[in-house]
Amino acid sequence: MKHTIKELEDIASQVRRDIVRMVHSCQSGHPGGSLGCADFVTALYFEVLNHSTDFKMDGVGEDLFFLSNGHISPVWYSVLARSGYFDIAELATFRKMNTRLQGHPTTHEHLPGIRIASGSLGQGLSVAIGAALAKKLNKDKSLVFTLHGDGELQEGQNWEAIMFAPFHKVDNLIATVDYNGQQIDGPTEKVLSLDSLQAKFEAFGWHVINSDGNDMDAVVKSLHLAKSLAGKGRPILNLMSTQMGYGVDYMVGSHKWHGTAPNDAQLESALGQLTSTLSDY
Amino acid sequence: MKKYTYTEKKDTRSGFGAGLHEAGKRNKNVVALCADLKGSLKMDDFANEFPDRFVQVGIAEANMIGIAAGLTIGGKIPFTGTFANFSTGRVYDQIRQSVAYSNKNVKICASHAGLTLGEDGATHQILEDIGLMKMLPGMVVINPCDYNQTKAATLAILDYEGPVYLRFGRPSVPIFTPADQKFEIGKAWMVNEGKDVTIIATGHMVWRAIEAGEKLAEMGIDAEIINIHTIKPLDEAAILASVQKTGCVVTAEEHNKFGGLGESVARLLTTEFPAPQEFVAVNDSFGESATPDELMTKYGLDPINIVEAVQKVLKRKK
Repeated sequence: MKHTIKELEDIASQVRRDIVRMVHSCQSGHPGGSLGCADFVTALYFEVLNHSTDFKMDGVGEDLFFLSNGHISPVWYSVLARSGYFDIAELATFRKMNTRLQGHPTTHEHLPGIRIASGSLGQGLSVAIGAALAKKLNKDKSLVFTLHGDGELQEGQNWEAIMFAPFHKVDNLIATVDYNGQQIDGPTEKVLSLDSLQAKFEAFGWHVINSDGNDMDAVVKSLHLAKSLAGKGRPILNLMSTQMGYGVDYMVGSHKWHGTAPNDAQLESALGQLTSTLSDY
Repeated sequence: MKKYTYTEKKDTRSGFGAGLHEAGKRNKNVVALCADLKGSLKMDDFANEFPDRFVQVGIAEANMIGIAAGLTIGGKIPFTGTFANFSTGRVYDQIRQSVAYSNKNVKICASHAGLTLGEDGATHQILEDIGLMKMLPGMVVINPCDYNQTKAATLAILDYEGPVYLRFGRPSVPIFTPADQKFEIGKAWMVNEGKDVTIIATGHMVWRAIEAGEKLAEMGIDAEIINIHTIKPLDEAAILASVQKTGCVVTAEEHNKFGGLGESVARLLTTEFPAPQEFVAVNDSFGESATPDELMTKYGLDPINIVEAVQKVLKRKK
């Protein structure tokens, strides 16, 4: 372990503070999914990924990460900054004029750490498969990680990619689904049920593992388990249960905080629940 | 009128297939992808010689575009191949976000463009693809005119860093450009120098413009014919120089008159050198089933239509 679980939890707490402060500052953005995935993205960058903050687009010899549900950019921007990809002061520019921290992630402004634009949903898995195929052609043994929303799986392109990856033995790919059961218009069960994602992915030929995305120890263990399953002929799906808004009591478990910014009082309440472990930006 | 002859007819898609095969030999980073149309896109030679660099995606064009974008991240140069309709309209958002906005070095290679696909009918005959692609910031749009030019264009885009849309077709058409030509992206080709009218043509319409030019010469009209193979970036200097000399222009393309080459030329002339213009293009319509030649006649894309457009535009010339 590069960090103890406690250290990772502390970083995640700071990341959550960053998220609510960023979204509050511009009064827009998506706090719910960002908070729910803070443990995962923190564990990935601080513990699991073999990566360099001296950013190179081709990522040769490095593990790569693609965020398919680009609207949870606040969590990614915070973790990238906290990892050292760019100065944490830049987090204050989120969604503001001339920022590199666009509402949805993009390569267009050359923010270190980002390799493809995302936001229009359902495209990240295909891109990650392409990057994984390039690694195989380059005899590069490192891995490709992705994160997807569960509601995002309603986009048809995902299922083209889900069908492709096992057939072509893309076994250097570890996809994680943020299984929080919420989307903008309500619970996924009411908007368009995903039914059993495990059964669906297994039927397509994936190796599926389940994890608790808001328990740091479980997050780290699941990612290490996923890594141990790589290179065995099948892509890996990490079906990660989370709670939207985790860490801020009034946001937990509600789709209402998918894309709503807290007001001043709500920000104060949220920050009161999230320990500042590193300094605020 | 400069004399153009040909000894052989071939489909432009075969020029792409030959160019792709050569590109694969020249650069080991070239990867070809297709969506269940390997034979139609003439990708067999590449696939047979470089099986490790050929990806059969199946009938899943959106996934193909995304995979291509991802391949570029590892330094690969992906060439995607399917019909023009499935290369553009079907995957517009994937191209927009994962390729164009992300500035990925993907070569979107599209066959069976326009009416000359023939009998399959309107579902497969896209006449809007040039417009769709040229509207994307940073996208290069190329529509070559014969086998040799398509092969040369395929090799030229290999050496260009950035997203490209390469449009070609199914029917056999005369080979009248040199096999050893140097294809320069964004550089117009002067087919025939003249003084009375400028005819600007792209793709399959270039040979038809030459046939029209011969008829016009018999009528005593000296037409300048320019081949714009690269619709974006447009060779503005070449077009302006010509129209400043002739004073009027006819554009010819196998595409909807809305959004095509003609509108690009009109935009340029309106701002730089207003001049009378006529459009030989499909008049805001879908296609239908018939032979390619029957369709080109019905939809007004024959040499005679170019001749008539010239006569019309000359009357408006001051």
